[in-house]
Amino acid sequence: MTSLAAPPVRVVAPSTDTGGRSGRVTWMAVPALLMFLAFAVVPLLGVLALSFTTWDGLGAVHPSGLTSWRAVLADPGLLHTIGVTFLIMGLSWIFQTPLSLLIGVFLAGHQRYREFLAVLYFIPLLLSSAAIAITFKALLDPNFGIGAGLGLPILAQDWLGDSKLAVGVVVFVVSWQFIPFHSLIYQGGVRQIPASLYEAAQIDGAGRFRQFLSITLPQLKYTIITSSTLMVVGSLTFFDLIFILTSGGPADATSVLALDMYQRGFQASLMGPASVIAVILVLTGLVLALVLRRLGGGSGDDSQLEGA
Amino acid sequence: MAGNSYSRRNFLTLVAGTSAAATLAACGSSGPSTGGGGGDSKGAASYWYLTGQPNEGIRTATVERFNKANPDTKIAPNAFANDAYKQKIKTALGAGQAPTLIWGWGGGGLKSWVEAGQVEDLTSWFTENAAVKDRLFPTSFGAATINNKIYAMPAETVAPIVLFYNKEVFEKAGAQPPQSWADIMNLVEVFKAKKVAPFSLAGQSRWTNMMWLEFLFDRIGGSEVFQAVFEGEKDAWSNPSAKLALTKMQELIKADGFIKGFSSIAADANADQALLYTGKAAMMLHGTWTYGSMASDGGDFVKSGKLGYMNFPAVEGGKGDPSDTVGNPGQYLAISSKATAEQKDVAKKFFQSAVLDDTEIKSFLDTGSVPIVKGTETQIAASKDPEFLKFVYDTSVNAKVFAQSWDQALSPTAAETLLDTIAKFFQLNIGPDQFITTMNGVIGK
Repeated sequence: MTSLAAPPVRVVAPSTDTGGRSGRVTWMAVPALLMFLAFAVVPLLGVLALSFTTWDGLGAVHPSGLTSWRAVLADPGLLHTIGVTFLIMGLSWIFQTPLSLLIGVFLAGHQRYREFLAVLYFIPLLLSSAAIAITFKALLDPNFGIGAGLGLPILAQDWLGDSKLAVGVVVFVVSWQFIPFHSLIYQGGVRQIPASLYEAAQIDGAGRFRQFLSITLPQLKYTIITSSTLMVVGSLTFFDLIFILTSGGPADATSVLALDMYQRGFQASLMGPASVIAVILVLTGLVLALVLRRLGGGSGDDSQLEGA
Repeated sequence: MAGNSYSRRNFLTLVAGTSAAATLAACGSSGPSTGGGGGDSKGAASYWYLTGQPNEGIRTATVERFNKANPDTKIAPNAFANDAYKQKIKTALGAGQAPTLIWGWGGGGLKSWVEAGQVEDLTSWFTENAAVKDRLFPTSFGAATINNKIYAMPAETVAPIVLFYNKEVFEKAGAQPPQSWADIMNLVEVFKAKKVAPFSLAGQSRWTNMMWLEFLFDRIGGSEVFQAVFEGEKDAWSNPSAKLALTKMQELIKADGFIKGFSSIAADANADQALLYTGKAAMMLHGTWTYGSMASDGGDFVKSGKLGYMNFPAVEGGKGDPSDTVGNPGQYLAISSKATAEQKDVAKKFFQSAVLDDTEIKSFLDTGSVPIVKGTETQIAASKDPEFLKFVYDTSVNAKVFAQSWDQALSPTAAETLLDTIAKFFQLNIGPDQFITTMNGVIGK
């Protein structure tokens, strides 16, 4: 607080029952609540109910207690699938966060050429995952792809046919698609940082690198948490890209939970076990989102601008 | 993906076919689907089938001819894209909204409809109308028959799996097409020395690998090995012939018989065919439906007679009949059991008078496919590709057993496990024993 305090203003707490002249406004939340109930909560409960049944998607639904849960949890492939899911999640976080942070900071400048580049960088986000996957699949074809086309043996690897390379390729393509989006978030975050902070730091003799470490990064804390949450929770739902690129292959090297769910439900007609995986996915997503929120420390309502 | 789309193979093509898209498409009553079991216009039957030229055009034309000839009993056609088709039919059947006539692939899919009581038993109708039955390939009825009852009308064309080879590549290497499994193993070394991949294979699609096992099982142990699996016999995969076939399979994989990177090649993009016609691979085991796309995409490869084809050779000491083949023995039209009596009558009239009439036979022959009708030799001789079509016709007619592709014959559940296991098996992640144990676990499921 500065010493030149503004004259105190007496704030009358708005009475809770009238909320101003428009009366109660809680009802305005009703449409949103109804949509949420109809399209999120009800299907979720439906999936939960289905996970305790046996259903081939066609005939009658037979309640079968924990049969589906046992079948899925006893499946030795489940641990592998969860492992692959988290591996791809972790790798894509490690790969995407520093890159999008740097690009975001770079694009936050108001120079003309940066704004032009910002538009270019944004393009991958306009493409559908399916289109991206088909394109990369064609480029990475070991016999007709970019390696063979340019005559560069180093690019003619068996990109999607080798277990380790395939995971790397999936992470790369996912990052290629989503780094623009996260850069955009960081760009917005950086532009929110008051210029006065940098001015003060400059007076204190801090260089550019020091400014980045001591001002930009700490100020972006909540942006990083937001972007990480989107990355981590979003990576649970990677399906289209992986399905087209590798179909989970070679063998099951890139088989993630979402893909496993699809294959069980819609290819093997086992709606019960597929619902079990769906429930596992939802729970994992919730837990991860909560953990990331906690990592932020305290409540998200704390101001980062105290003293600015 | 040219004219081969009638094969359900492209199911995995999936451009927008995520589960969500499929479900949405299935739920939305898009298009002029007057469809439903109820059907709004009295007596008019509805007919759902697959899109994809040229077959879609032939299907539509057949319906139009039928409607013109029968102004009182019309059929309302409605075509759906491959990705969503299976799911859409399933949803419609489950919701009691199925069309009168359901186009499908027979086998395990048909069986799941039968078990849900959704399709009509046609056995007695075929007995009464023996003429309809007798003009078709007898082998085409296998995939329409569930528990000794016929539940679908076989239709359209036959597509056996055959061994294609590039004659030019063989000439350069001074090699002859294989007559036995030993020849195959020898040719692998011959072509490797010439820096040509012995076999092209689109391994990511999984069913492509399966075709190899289908033939090895048949040639080594005879058709009864898989038949036992199909009939749900306990531990049917433990047959010693199965183990021998699986061992030979992995020998070929380990000898680098397949093109480098085969496990990342998907059949939907036809890259496996391109490998054959560009001479990067010498041979390819594939369905006859690839002939059309090789002819259209491969420049003058087919036209100049460089494409060779033959039935899969025998395996030394094997019990199977080398005339046997596998593949798609036909496509299938089932009648919804929820349709009204009038609609069912229209559908049966359609079977009798329109399905595979002379015009349709000619249309299919023109597109390079062989209809499942007996005695079309003269029409074949007059067609554009008489040599190849005669080969397909002879292979189909002379086959002692025309087995349906395993993944179509089995239930969706068992088929998915099979394909998954095959993918691991071809990646050499698992050996024959684990393959057998895993597959025994889903017998009858």
